[in-house]
Amino acid sequence: MPASTHAKIYPDAASALAGVVRDGITVMSGGFGLCGIPENLILALRDSGAKNLAVISNNAGVDEFGLGLLLKTRQIGKMISSYVGENKEFERQYLAGELQLEFNPQGTLAERIRAGGAGIAGFYTKTGVGTLVAEGKDTREFNGETYVLETGLVADVAIVKAWKADTEGNLVYRKTARNFNPMMATAGKVTIAEVEEIVEAGQLDPDGIHTPGIFVQRLIKGANYVKPIEQRTVRVRTDKTGETA
Amino acid sequence: MAWNRDQLAARAAKELRDGYYVNLGIGIPTLVANFIPAGMKVVLQSENGMLGMGPFPYDDQVDPDLINAGKQTITQLPMSSFFSSADSFGMIRGGHIDLSILGAMEISETGDIANWMIPGKMVKGMGGAMDLVAGVKRVVVVMEHNSKDGAAKFKPQCELPLTGSNVIDLLITDLGVFSRPDRHSGFQLIELAPEVSADEIAAKTSAKYTVAL
Repeated sequence: MPASTHAKIYPDAASALAGVVRDGITVMSGGFGLCGIPENLILALRDSGAKNLAVISNNAGVDEFGLGLLLKTRQIGKMISSYVGENKEFERQYLAGELQLEFNPQGTLAERIRAGGAGIAGFYTKTGVGTLVAEGKDTREFNGETYVLETGLVADVAIVKAWKADTEGNLVYRKTARNFNPMMATAGKVTIAEVEEIVEAGQLDPDGIHTPGIFVQRLIKGANYVKPIEQRTVRVRTDKTGETA
Repeated sequence: MAWNRDQLAARAAKELRDGYYVNLGIGIPTLVANFIPAGMKVVLQSENGMLGMGPFPYDDQVDPDLINAGKQTITQLPMSSFFSSADSFGMIRGGHIDLSILGAMEISETGDIANWMIPGKMVKGMGGAMDLVAGVKRVVVVMEHNSKDGAAKFKPQCELPLTGSNVIDLLITDLGVFSRPDRHSGFQLIELAPEVSADEIAAKTSAKYTVAL
């Protein structure tokens, strides 16, 4: 097998970030809450010491995990998110004026990233019309309804988490850990994926690939996944209604 | 007697129809899943990327890769599918979801909703609420009729920043139910909780509505 086959694979998260991370860049980080976040790359981003990062991520992690770690070290200057309610340090920095924040409706955020990755500069959506979100933005009528203009988003670096990859960088996600990762993979100038398992090309079903390898420039096999659960909710075996136990 | 949380959820469940795709918000709306009538097929959508949400898992089934939009662990069903956030909000914004049931802080008499932000307090964000009210075919709100200090929450205009403008079709409070036939019409009071009178509701409401009991 020619050496170039494995050209995208890096030995660890730190080496995968080397040469692409610097102060002031925009980083997209996949995940919904703590589900499907690039745990290893976030740690390496913290250890890189890069400062004044603009981070695009649906959420901001929690105080002790995920992007919360980068807030603690004051490496984030601005966040674009839809919901940040789980993070006290975020609240403190925001109220103290140390952190810029741009809220996007979750679907608008997803679509802005999808658009950015697909070369679409902007799109009109019904979401947010008549609210603070639409203030200062162009609106237009289509078929008698009002829509607001939103712009596509791209990032210097996108860090994403998938379940499996092959050596070509083709990615497969698992269950609801997919969330924002596929769009972010398309919208990074450099996209770095971390996965739980890397297999040889040909071992993933080509019909079942979620992110084609063209979108992935660097790839690592992540180590020591913690996958914290924010709201562990179970039912007891005798209970037939599925009530919270 | 005002409806309690379970009774509110049970009342909201009467809005379900066989074959509906439904998105349930956090809080009382989540409880609606416990009141889906036997024999009715309702597919629950979770905006983080799943259709066909199953019940909460047994302890040995918990999977950190399988959560709902409230970040609770859940299970999948034989008919479940997973997809990206972009596809998920394509379903929502594109009008493919039949019904959304969500909570609110204020509702206006013209169907505006405010449920994401209290200025001056910490702002947590709107999550998917703005997309849901903008795109889902029928939007139902479940909320307490009055705030803790007794102030009306169903009022002429919302004072809090809006989540959506003229997007609410049905309002269920712990005191009664208000509906409107379409989004050009005003609300009508159509149902009362047990032992609640129309006069009591009138005294606790600042919005304009008609009575059609």
